[in-house]
Amino acid sequence: MTLRRTLLATAALAACALIAGPATAQSAPKLKVGLMLPYTGTYAALGNAIENGFKLYVSEQGGKLGGREIEFFKVDDESDPAKATDNVNKLVKRDQVDVLIGTVHSGVALAMAKVAKESNTLLIVPNAGADAVTGPLCAKNIFRTSFSNWQPGYATGIIAAQKGYKSAMTITWGYAAGNETVKGFNEAFEKGGGKVTKDLTLPFPNVEFQALLTEIAAQKPDVVFAFFAGGGAVKFVKDYDAAGLRKTIPLMGSGFLTDGVLEAQGQAAQGIVTSLHYGDNIETPRNTAFRNKYAVVYKTNPDVYAVQGYDAAQLLHSGLTVVKGDFSKKDEMYYAMGKTTIASPRGKLGFNAAHNPVQDFYIREVKGNYNVITGVAVPALADPARGCKM
Amino acid sequence: MGWATFLVQCLNALQYGLLLFLVASGLTLIFGIMGVINLAHGSFYMIGAYMAYALAPAVAATIGGGFFSTLAVGLVLAVALGYVLEWAFFSFLYEREHLQQVLMTYGLILVFEELRSILVGDDVHSVAPPGWLSGSIALGDLMSYPVYRLFISAVCVLLALGMYVVFAKTRLGMMIRAGASNREMVQSLGIDIKFLYRVVFAAGVAIAVLAGMVAAPVSSVYPGMGNQVLIICFVVVVIGGIGSIRGALLAALLIGLVDTFGKVIFPQAAGVLVYVLMALILLWKPDGLFKA
Repeated sequence: MTLRRTLLATAALAACALIAGPATAQSAPKLKVGLMLPYTGTYAALGNAIENGFKLYVSEQGGKLGGREIEFFKVDDESDPAKATDNVNKLVKRDQVDVLIGTVHSGVALAMAKVAKESNTLLIVPNAGADAVTGPLCAKNIFRTSFSNWQPGYATGIIAAQKGYKSAMTITWGYAAGNETVKGFNEAFEKGGGKVTKDLTLPFPNVEFQALLTEIAAQKPDVVFAFFAGGGAVKFVKDYDAAGLRKTIPLMGSGFLTDGVLEAQGQAAQGIVTSLHYGDNIETPRNTAFRNKYAVVYKTNPDVYAVQGYDAAQLLHSGLTVVKGDFSKKDEMYYAMGKTTIASPRGKLGFNAAHNPVQDFYIREVKGNYNVITGVAVPALADPARGCKM
Repeated sequence: MGWATFLVQCLNALQYGLLLFLVASGLTLIFGIMGVINLAHGSFYMIGAYMAYALAPAVAATIGGGFFSTLAVGLVLAVALGYVLEWAFFSFLYEREHLQQVLMTYGLILVFEELRSILVGDDVHSVAPPGWLSGSIALGDLMSYPVYRLFISAVCVLLALGMYVVFAKTRLGMMIRAGASNREMVQSLGIDIKFLYRVVFAAGVAIAVLAGMVAAPVSSVYPGMGNQVLIICFVVVVIGGIGSIRGALLAALLIGLVDTFGKVIFPQAAGVLVYVLMALILLWKPDGLFKA
């Protein structure tokens, strides 16, 4: 009796193994990737570029990352920090995604980082630059493929000091991204022997610059450093030119001052020097192939946001490959991702201990409708990751 | 701050104040005279700016001419838009509570934003000022001043004068003022108040659209630009006294002054100074500077 039972049980188990064994190997459940990006509002174009970049890499890998098929879940974050926690919980709790990709707006990204940290969900930030994401909020499961606000500011400060400018004024909106970028500029510029005489700010998203331009004209610094983006960047650059300052006091900025807005800025932007981790003329086979493919698939030219989305997929792929698609080996995967070096269209992309990109920052000059790279401001610039304990 | 700098800053303040008046005067018409809280006012401003951008090629191809013919076409469209909107939506709001007015006009903001996104897209655009206004004049050796900004100021002064003349000196102005203080009485005197309101509303929309079109070359054209001007417009109208054109002009100039010098002298407090001014004035005169 007992013998027969044991035999039967063994046979049943063996049968199960025969049926189930090969089946699970063939179709591991799809990896759930949650895209939390702005699909409406001012940043909609950026959100779409990031998604396009991400999906382009997935399709290059035959629809798989690290051998795992991908299932996408999408949430429009509307760039609204007030809704951010609810939105990210839709993906983490309702859809139970394995990986979070997002977002553009720093305030929303901070909320995502908090939820990701608490729920130990892998988060890859493809744009938002808030220093805190890879500073005080850093965690082993939080990565960024874009930049920290400090980085482009710091790189521009190096260029300004190298050009021999002695005094500078800065101007930005008085909010996190602006203040952090300016802080980076001031650090590098003063380290290089310059002196920042005054930091001008105006409340976000106010665009009445005339009073501050008069202040700049009165104080006559050697150079002006500006952080603005989007509509504000267009208006600032045009007002700066119209006030006759472009010819007397050179204007520099983090790359966002002239990215995606050159057509609107036109003549007023010519000659502005900025720094960023991407530009319009990186002539490497890697970048050329990427640009051609992107243009064919999406009928438009890729921008820095598309590159950051593309690299988010590359980073995920590199981690999954090391653990052979086994997402349960999280620690091993995170460790591998932190140590990897990615062949990004922008150049080599590594990560510091806080998982913020270590990358070249280029010197770019506006010529016509292009941000033309004229050199490297700082090779392999790493964020100091202040406040990160990991 | 030297004398030259001080004078240029005064010019900045005056010019910014006049621009604010231009944007806010349409609101004071609609809010003050018709008693409708129109949150969609900023959207009309945005529509104007996008018209200046999107209509220019079409106008140049069909009618010919540049900036000013675009302006004329835009104004005609704006009056038509205002007329239709009043007929379809706003005419139902006069007797309703403020909350319902806020809800409906907020809904209009969303509709206009989405339409803008579908029709023109989410990119930032610029509008070129007409050639003869695109230069700059030098102000001493300090800096140069764009001629177009001075042109805007001139438009604002003309508009202010025009509104004053219409309201204070014409029969139409008299009827509008009478309608604002007692709707039923005006109606019983045989004046078509419904038509009158429709005209006032269309004029309010047209002024907002005009403001958007005229400001487009200096402000550039971008998504969400309407919401930015909306709050400051309400501040102007409330400080000036609801419905008072004179008050709106004075309030706009005051705000221009406080904002300009605030940014330079107390940069940390620049964001709140305007609201501090509003609070102080309302403590002193709860109905605003001029009660209409």
